[in-house]
Amino acid sequence: MIAPQLCVTALSKAFGGVMAVDQVSFDLEPGKVNSIIGPNGAGKTTLLNLLTGVYAPSAGNVVFDGADVTGLAPHQLAARGMGRTFQNLQVFFNMSALENVMVGRHLRERAGWLAAMLRSPRLAAGERESREEAAGLMQFVGLGEYLGAEADAMPYGALKRLEIARALGGRPKLLLLDEPAAGLNQTETQAINALIVRLAQSGVTVVLVEHNMRLVMGVSDHIVVLDYGRKLCEGSAEQVRNDPRVIEAYLGSAEPEAC
Amino acid sequence: MNLRTPRTGGLALLAAVILFLPLALVNNYWYEVAILVGINAIVCVGLNLLIGYAGQISLGHAGFFGLGAYGSAVLTARYGWPPAAALAATTAGVALLALLVGRPILKLKGHYLAMATLGLGVIISIVVVTEDRLTGGPDGMSVPAFTLFGLALAGERLWYWIVGGVLLAAVWIALNLIESPAGRALRALHGSEVGAQVSGIDATRAKLGIFVISAVFASLAGSMTAHYAGFITPGKVGFFHSIELVTMVVFGGMASTFGAVIGAATLTLLPQLLTVLKEYEMVVFGAVLIATMVFLPRGFLPSLVFILKKKQK
Ligand SMILES: Nc1ncnc2c1ncn2[C@@H]1O[C@H](COP(=O)(O)OP(=O)(O)OP(=O)(O)O)[C@@H](O)[C@H]1O
Ligand SMILES: [Mg+2]
Repeated sequence: MIAPQLCVTALSKAFGGVMAVDQVSFDLEPGKVNSIIGPNGAGKTTLLNLLTGVYAPSAGNVVFDGADVTGLAPHQLAARGMGRTFQNLQVFFNMSALENVMVGRHLRERAGWLAAMLRSPRLAAGERESREEAAGLMQFVGLGEYLGAEADAMPYGALKRLEIARALGGRPKLLLLDEPAAGLNQTETQAINALIVRLAQSGVTVVLVEHNMRLVMGVSDHIVVLDYGRKLCEGSAEQVRNDPRVIEAYLGSAEPEAC
Repeated sequence: MNLRTPRTGGLALLAAVILFLPLALVNNYWYEVAILVGINAIVCVGLNLLIGYAGQISLGHAGFFGLGAYGSAVLTARYGWPPAAALAATTAGVALLALLVGRPILKLKGHYLAMATLGLGVIISIVVVTEDRLTGGPDGMSVPAFTLFGLALAGERLWYWIVGGVLLAAVWIALNLIESPAGRALRALHGSEVGAQVSGIDATRAKLGIFVISAVFASLAGSMTAHYAGFITPGKVGFFHSIELVTMVVFGGMASTFGAVIGAATLTLLPQLLTVLKEYEMVVFGAVLIATMVFLPRGFLPSLVFILKKKQK
């Protein structure tokens, strides 16, 4: 068996009395598409926030690429190779689309203050390179027509992909996507599907949080099911689909779309 | 060089204004006004990096301006330092202070940050007034002229060119910074702090960096004022001057470097033109602040650009 890229052990997060994530453990293999599913309020977004350092866990730990990263700040985890998108967009609406993606390259840029203020020739050259690569990433996620657009002038579906392009700017080893297909139409969802497959093929480990079951069942190598903050079960799409506990959890609350 | 980009085009325009303005400056009084505009603009360009671009408020920047002014004044007048050495030591001291104080303060957000920076400004102003043996207290103190290689820099005309040159440099630096990885990081923080953090930006460090830089801009402007005017009083250190500076930035247009210059120019000139209003300066500034927030929330220059772009379409 391949060494897991991410080992999550008894991870928990309490908000007041509510256990949003409760003793959740699982391992993720590198280069695979892993989905986290569960009814509304199951704790999926909270789990992503714990994994990416946005929240500090109440208990438990996270090992990423063999190193304990529990409690590290988001920018430190980004430096170790994590990238993510958000369910409720966290786009920089005060910037152009291209600049949004350039920010994603931050860790690979020369960010010194003095060189920036005096615009050293090396920095200027780096800027050109950054622009070109960001444009390439926008093309890659299918945003070629928005190369000259301001972020606040783009439609919702394009913004979802803009966040993916920004995350890819950091060349992540682990990419976490929180509902990338929410609010997208059929064609856009198919584009996201193809994108995820391409990313996994290029060696990126994908963590997908998604309610669109057709998308999840189609692309996932591995699925973790959450319910009321706890892990209900995990396994392949086939295993999860036929698990009576999963069916129970979904029928007991919100209906999953197009299962 | 492409003059059509805001960077080079705007810089060239500003240089031309500075170059040809003396044709309209009919006497020394108007030179003084122009110098005052330039000094305020230098502070505002730095402050706008903090407020407009990084989205962090400061109601205490007059404190840094005052520390610059009094640092240069005390070191040269009381301790006989050469002005250049005093300037360097003062600037470094203000940078260090901003670094130390900024660390805890910049963890705060919104109103809390506003209150903390306000407190910082008030403390500095109290220290200046009470340390009267060094600073002359409320009466102020006189400052020796700035000497360079034995030459005293004196006179409105000479200082006009010095301030003009420094302003041009300040604007150039600000424009460079904004279009750099460090500057993008600041704007990203303003747009979405968590979005910036997961992109690898160390929010604390980025905020601290720009806080220090904006404090240095203010401090340099303070030092220049002290030597140029030859006399300083605590008036320029106080809370009201901090509010004036923020109003200039907000009126000119947040996240617009040339807007900050226009804001500084407009609100420095306004009380001079309407001399009857001088008594009511505070009221005028308050009214301008309110009117800007209500009618031009983006500020003057960005609103103008927006309208022109719309007309073009
Ligand atoms: N910052 C917070 N403060 C308090 N409670 C929170 C916070 N974030 C989430 N919760 C609670 O934690 C639980 C899990 O929320 P979470 O957003 O993680 O669910 P989710 O699985 O992502 O749901 P959805 O599918 O609707 O996105 C919910 O009960 C929610 O109200
Ligand atoms: Mg969620």
